[in-house]
Amino acid sequence: MAGYEGKAFKWVGTRPVRPDGVDKVTGRANYGADQNLAGQLTGRILRSPHAHAKILSIDTSKAEKLPGVKAVITGKDFPQMHRGVLPGDEGVNFHYLSSNIMARDKALYDGHAVAAVAATSAAIAEEALALIDVKYEVLPHVIDVDDALKPGAPLLHDDIFTTGVNPKPDKPSNTVQRVHMALGDANAAFKDADIIVERSFKSKTVHQGYIEPHAVVAEWCEDGQARIWCSSQGHFMVRALTARLLNMEVAQVRVMPAEIGGGFGGKTIIFIEPTAVLLARKAERPVRIVMSRDEVFRATGPAPGSSIDVKIGAKKNGMLVAAVGEFRFQAGAFPGSPLGPACMAAFGPYALAHVTSAGYEAVTNRPLCFSYRAPGAPLASFAVESVIDEIAQKLNIDPMEMRIMNGSKEGTQMVYGPKLKAVGNLECLKAIKNHPINKIPLGPNQGRGLAAGFWFNLGGQSSAVVNIAEDGTATIMTGSPDIGGSRASMALMAAEVLGIDYSKVRPIVGDTSAVGFCEITHGSRVTFATGMAIIQAAEDVVLQCRQRVAAMWEVDVEAVVWEDGHARPAGANAGEQKPLSLAQIAARAARTGGPLVGKAAINAGGAGPAFAVHICDVEVDPETGGVKILRYVASQDAGKAIHPSYVEGQIQGGAVQGIGWALNEEYIYGADGRLQNSGFLDYRIPVASDLPMIEPIILEIPNPGHPFGVRGVGEVGIVPPLAALANAISRATGVRMMDLPMTPPKILAAIDAKK
Amino acid sequence: MSKFHISATVNGEAVEYLCDPKQTLLDVLRDELNLTGSKEGCSSGDCGACSVTLDGRLVCSCLVLGVEMQGRSVETIESMASGEKLHPLQQKFLEAAALQCGFCTPGFLVAAKSLLEKNPNPTESETRYWLAGNLCRCTGYDKIIRAVLETAADMRGSK
Amino acid sequence: MSGFQYEAPATVEAAVGFLAGAKGNARVLAGGTDLLVQLRTGAANPDLVVDIKRIGELRQISGNAASGFVIGAAVTGAEIGEHKELAKAWPGFVEAMELIGSTQIQGRATPGGNLCNASPAGDCTPAMFAAGVVCVIAGPNGRREAPVEQIPTGPGKTSLAKGEFIVAIKLPARAKNSGDAYLRMIPRTEMDIAIVGAGVNLTLDASGACTAARVSLGAVAPTVLLVDAAAKALIGSKVDDAALARLAAAASAACKPIDDKRGTIEYRTKVAGVLARRAAVIARDRARS
Repeated sequence: MAGYEGKAFKWVGTRPVRPDGVDKVTGRANYGADQNLAGQLTGRILRSPHAHAKILSIDTSKAEKLPGVKAVITGKDFPQMHRGVLPGDEGVNFHYLSSNIMARDKALYDGHAVAAVAATSAAIAEEALALIDVKYEVLPHVIDVDDALKPGAPLLHDDIFTTGVNPKPDKPSNTVQRVHMALGDANAAFKDADIIVERSFKSKTVHQGYIEPHAVVAEWCEDGQARIWCSSQGHFMVRALTARLLNMEVAQVRVMPAEIGGGFGGKTIIFIEPTAVLLARKAERPVRIVMSRDEVFRATGPAPGSSIDVKIGAKKNGMLVAAVGEFRFQAGAFPGSPLGPACMAAFGPYALAHVTSAGYEAVTNRPLCFSYRAPGAPLASFAVESVIDEIAQKLNIDPMEMRIMNGSKEGTQMVYGPKLKAVGNLECLKAIKNHPINKIPLGPNQGRGLAAGFWFNLGGQSSAVVNIAEDGTATIMTGSPDIGGSRASMALMAAEVLGIDYSKVRPIVGDTSAVGFCEITHGSRVTFATGMAIIQAAEDVVLQCRQRVAAMWEVDVEAVVWEDGHARPAGANAGEQKPLSLAQIAARAARTGGPLVGKAAINAGGAGPAFAVHICDVEVDPETGGVKILRYVASQDAGKAIHPSYVEGQIQGGAVQGIGWALNEEYIYGADGRLQNSGFLDYRIPVASDLPMIEPIILEIPNPGHPFGVRGVGEVGIVPPLAALANAISRATGVRMMDLPMTPPKILAAIDAKK
Repeated sequence: MSKFHISATVNGEAVEYLCDPKQTLLDVLRDELNLTGSKEGCSSGDCGACSVTLDGRLVCSCLVLGVEMQGRSVETIESMASGEKLHPLQQKFLEAAALQCGFCTPGFLVAAKSLLEKNPNPTESETRYWLAGNLCRCTGYDKIIRAVLETAADMRGSK
Repeated sequence: MSGFQYEAPATVEAAVGFLAGAKGNARVLAGGTDLLVQLRTGAANPDLVVDIKRIGELRQISGNAASGFVIGAAVTGAEIGEHKELAKAWPGFVEAMELIGSTQIQGRATPGGNLCNASPAGDCTPAMFAAGVVCVIAGPNGRREAPVEQIPTGPGKTSLAKGEFIVAIKLPARAKNSGDAYLRMIPRTEMDIAIVGAGVNLTLDASGACTAARVSLGAVAPTVLLVDAAAKALIGSKVDDAALARLAAAASAACKPIDDKRGTIEYRTKVAGVLARRAAVIARDRARS
């Protein structure tokens, strides 16, 4: 596996057209909603209009009688799951998962599914929903995390007993868990600080905002097997969870991956697949469910809102002495908020001897809060980076120098356990420090803001197969959905190892019956871990080629080397043999042992953490509070960039999602606990005219844990923008915004309050 | 309620279809004519993934009723390439990596083509405002805007 | 509930016939950019939809700056934006229309639809209030005209009687040395509903003194407001800083806004004055040039 460091790459690092590109610019690519089976019905889901209500009864009889309605289901049609978490379930509470997909005795949020129908047309399905009579007893609800943590708050579940506290509580509450991690003794160390800044921050729920709504087509077969077509961040995850929730064997479920129209973490869990399978089974026809945008906002897995206190102490010269973060994260109606990762990532860019990172997670009457790009880290980083910037302002020192002075680097002890290996935090900082943006003079009402960010990245299980065709071309298959160009990076890595042209490699995303298990596409893991599997599978082919050629030449395998796509004699002693190309070897496959198939199935460790540093210039209209972003530069430690264009795309896309989070995006609830902005009109993701070009800087600090030096690149780019903008706005206006999003009304109110 | 029988032109070909009054042009394209290149992202005219041209005018097909189409002509992403030859915008989007998940891409291409037909030399700002009704959540728009501007320059140069 | 009667008449008279004879709820379909969203969400459940886009006279812009323009009710924002003479004479009105939604929305949306949707936040409506637009209305009793400010009566409500619909809007003859402008505040740069909007149309005399003015505000009351006190602040002045300050104060004083998901009472009240002042400066400079 070793031996690639320092080697000149032929394909890795180039920017060819992606293999799936033509399908995607011609409209031919099939996404979740594009599947169309013969006899397919339309499925629709009835959702609770109440934030919290006991379901007294559901009468579906009228809907069932409507001509064209083929199936109606409710929570009663779903198998009952064991309450609590069973050993071996890796923390998944299947009772909760099932109850989120279809409510049982209580509706826990506005949008919670309570029944579903399948009918011969969308119009009939909608008419049928209106005929379902659900009797509710409306209960008091709780939306805000600080309110949910209070004693006496409306209780969502009777089986949540706070974990991580001592003694273990004997009464249920909304508080899911206490997380606490520490290095040194921060509270004692504050006495050594010349300055202490302590601030409180609030933020609202935000959505991943993928443009493709969740969609599934399910088919039930007479032999008790189910076939599912859907877009997801992991069809093996869809298979496993659907099978479990429906009491099926895993191999009875086959999931075909559709193209995925964006996920950002939001498609790492299921919402509608078991419902579609149950409808298809009952209707004896295939069923397609496509969520509306309203349903996507009300009933999928957005990122949590938060309430955060951060206290940091420093010396006069800017050296940090102690830091404490207290993070209170919403869950939705069920546990699952990324509180742990937030606590772990919060202080990642800093070398701190005394630091405490702790927090609470509480369930609220909202949709399940789930993963969104570097889950939890943007909120924690917003708070920490804002306080760091305020200390620099108060000490009147350069915020860049302060970050470099305190920056984490190889050997730094992290609060969550390990010491950092080779990382690029300081390189990212210095790249921004040396960027020409710093020399551009700022005008009135303009400000420049800087922030750093950290994210872990993951490895995990992946499988890959490399099939060499009779003419030496290659079909390579993995089970990782291609969410933004990973087919291209897989093909580049395979071409590199095999020594054949990129155009001779055809990458395929295989279904759950065609290829070995692959974990979900999360933690920026695909190019790292699935890429490692592809490299090993290709190396397997190379080894087989060498063995076959060695047999032909009647030499030891060590006497045959693989160079530039050819088997060659290792040296003069190996004999005067003519090199054989992969195509020539493939042509003789039948006579040398059969088809050339390379495979790998791995559980990849060694993922390298990623750092990012962003800088931006803004102008704030002092009379309206409107923010215009003038310039934006983002540096990131990417490890080796396999396809640099798509690495840049990850940096740019992450930055812009962070910009939306910072300025405008939020879930807005009424006093009735209902979501008021469940559409793209009032859930305001950035549009093209809001933005300048986003200049990416890729820093290739190789990850020692990967044969090509790959680090995950997908997530860390969303971590710095929130604070980078808050810091820029602070310097433009003199007011520090601690409540996200920083909308014009909030900024104007803060400016006016300062006057 | 009986269905409406509509005769229209889709991508240059005469078509007939039946539709409910509530079905949108997007529903008709996707569900009746099996042209699934136009995508449904919001059904409220806010995302642009369903962009088509209607009698030459850029519109969201989710905001047009199927019944309105009698005698009218629509062009979709499926007609953008001619034979094996991609439109210069399609080719540039590939080369410039101006797509990630690709779901918004058909809408962007249809909208960008409409822009360049009206204004062969748009500024960056004009391009950003013209495309403000096409949401992309993956790219941050940077590579899309560059691809459109570069295609415009290429097309001006080749004339 | 799943369907409705759809008609696409070729004449105004036929359209009136359908609307007047409708059993139940009838809706006019022009651009459809509001109606189709309401159909999808269930906010509208009409029994009859009358598509007016096949009526020839509703698809035209006629007249000129000196005589006044007549814009058919089915003319789209894109077509208005492409009409050079109209854009030169009434840049504020044209810009306001073009602010609505995206390029795609512009391909369909109409000023009459913006008016009859009767949202207090519709961008074109305040500009029409400021311009002094007169609406031509067809109905069972023939045609009548009404000033634009008499059309909306509350959110989603108009003064139009059963069987009536707007066939055209008329922009008055353009006076010498006059100019108009419309500004709105939105959180993004496009695609949003106005938190506040302000339209100003004014005329100057040879000395630069303001002889006539109309000032309108959007999204600060149940309907778009025509603010006489704000206009009075300009009339007789040279539209100087003092007059602009009085205008801003009068505009803010006229606001009766609500707190909602888009903005606060405080914000709308303050920014209404800011935008009225800024719009007046643009209108003044246009009148001077």
